[in-house]
Amino acid sequence: MLYSDKVMDHFNNPRNVGVIEDADGVGEVGNPVCGDIMKITIKVDEGDRLEDIKFQTLGCGAAIATSSIVTELARGMEIHDAAAITKKEVADELGGLPPAKMHCSVLATDGLKVAIDDYLTRHGREPIGGPIQSEDPHFDPHGDAAEEHEEACDL
Amino acid sequence: METERSAYLDYSATTPVDRRVIDAMMPYWTEGWGNPNSLYRQGRDAFRALEAAREESASGLGAANPTEVIFTGCGTESDNAAVLGIARAGAAKGKGKHVVVSAIEHKGILEPAKLLSKQGFEVTYLKPRQDGIVYPEDLRAAVSDDTVLVSIMHVNNELGTIAPIAELAAVTHEVGGYFHTDAVQSIGKVPFDAAASGVDAASYSAHKIYGPKGVGALYLKRGTPFEPLLIGGGQENKKRSGTQNVAGAVGFAKALELMLVDLPGEAARLTTLRDRVVEGITSSMPNTMVNGTMEAGSHAPHIANVVIKGVEGESMLLQLDNRGIAVSTGSACSSGSLEPSHVLLAIGCPAELAHGSLRISLGRFTTAEEVEYLIEVLPPIVERLRAMSPVYAKMFGDQS
Repeated sequence: MLYSDKVMDHFNNPRNVGVIEDADGVGEVGNPVCGDIMKITIKVDEGDRLEDIKFQTLGCGAAIATSSIVTELARGMEIHDAAAITKKEVADELGGLPPAKMHCSVLATDGLKVAIDDYLTRHGREPIGGPIQSEDPHFDPHGDAAEEHEEACDL
Repeated sequence: METERSAYLDYSATTPVDRRVIDAMMPYWTEGWGNPNSLYRQGRDAFRALEAAREESASGLGAANPTEVIFTGCGTESDNAAVLGIARAGAAKGKGKHVVVSAIEHKGILEPAKLLSKQGFEVTYLKPRQDGIVYPEDLRAAVSDDTVLVSIMHVNNELGTIAPIAELAAVTHEVGGYFHTDAVQSIGKVPFDAAASGVDAASYSAHKIYGPKGVGALYLKRGTPFEPLLIGGGQENKKRSGTQNVAGAVGFAKALELMLVDLPGEAARLTTLRDRVVEGITSSMPNTMVNGTMEAGSHAPHIANVVIKGVEGESMLLQLDNRGIAVSTGSACSSGSLEPSHVLLAIGCPAELAHGSLRISLGRFTTAEEVEYLIEVLPPIVERLRAMSPVYAKMFGDQS
């Protein structure tokens, strides 16, 4: 398994790390048993644009890199456009992810979507809704490719 | 660039080939390249080298007879051959179809056990206790007259814990079963004599002892039922067909010899370094934990397994790699599977902690400087990753 240079760059120098204290929306996804937890806080301006976005992530290299890139992609976007960012866009932006790590990009887009819905709900507006993939009990974070691409384990 | 300092601390993954091993092997690629099964001179020369390597290996492994040593392609092949070969042949001879393997075996044992369970065998996965040790009385409760094979690894590759092999073999023999041990991580590192321990079979690998990759060995005590994995030309006394890797066998024998000469001194030296690793990590950071017993006699000198709570293992591994340090982790993310290390889960380590485990394994070329470098570099990495975590402060309070 090899990470692209861009994944390593975002892992080593993650952008927008932290918490916005007076955030307009908060999204936290994942759980410690799975090993990945991501929290996204957002600040939204009057024009529904993401004027600020920060993240905190407990997770592997790909989890940190996807969190970082999703904050870069979303910053300045209109919230409905930001919520529509797909896991594929996140992965492509990073120059690809190993198949077993695709779930990390799902976590990143989910975290953003939950934060945006939190903002909308707080303002009595209709949340975007739709499935939060990483919260689905039947969600296989490693997808169909997991078995074939299982890493050689030579501990 | 800041430094040329580096530390290879993953000797349980693999080791560099010792120059002396390369020198011993070289002639069997350049001159003595004959097929050891050919009758003419080149074949005879290769045959002699192969059999000399077998005799030396038998003596080093503690086999009563050189024919009890079969050269294979790797540790996993030895494991597969032992589990499938003994269980199938034993069952065919009228033994029962019950197999016991410990829950902390290498995948090279667990996968063939799973295959057997699909082919009409009943497989028991015996748990070690929280200290990482498989207890003989627990095995006694698991075996019956139907038990054809028990396989329990000698030194666990992730924890470094040492199983009481002689007692486990004796319990197995009480019910008439055969006993195999995966000794890949123990050979040359802790004393182990195949015949004296009473095992019926044992697996070894050359690349964990400064020999080449692609070479393993299987000790198979005379009279042990066995159905070969590879069939064909009948090499290795019909137990492993395929033209033998003569240079590889010579390399295995030389690597083993060097390990055994150094064993007592290296065990003492590495124990000191290992204890410093554990002490250095646990005393320099809050919220750490050691996996498996560290009791002398129950823990191999070269392996330490620690949990850094509230951090994910792969992210630590990659940060350490940035600084030139190589270690392993039991986190799910590094294995590419959903679950963290099955070994850590089996000893009761909660999944959320197992994700933060590091295995540090030492060897022949490990220096005190390398160990100190790790101890110096790790705490700031951990602090940074914990600061980036959305849950660390919540879970562990603001102690760092």
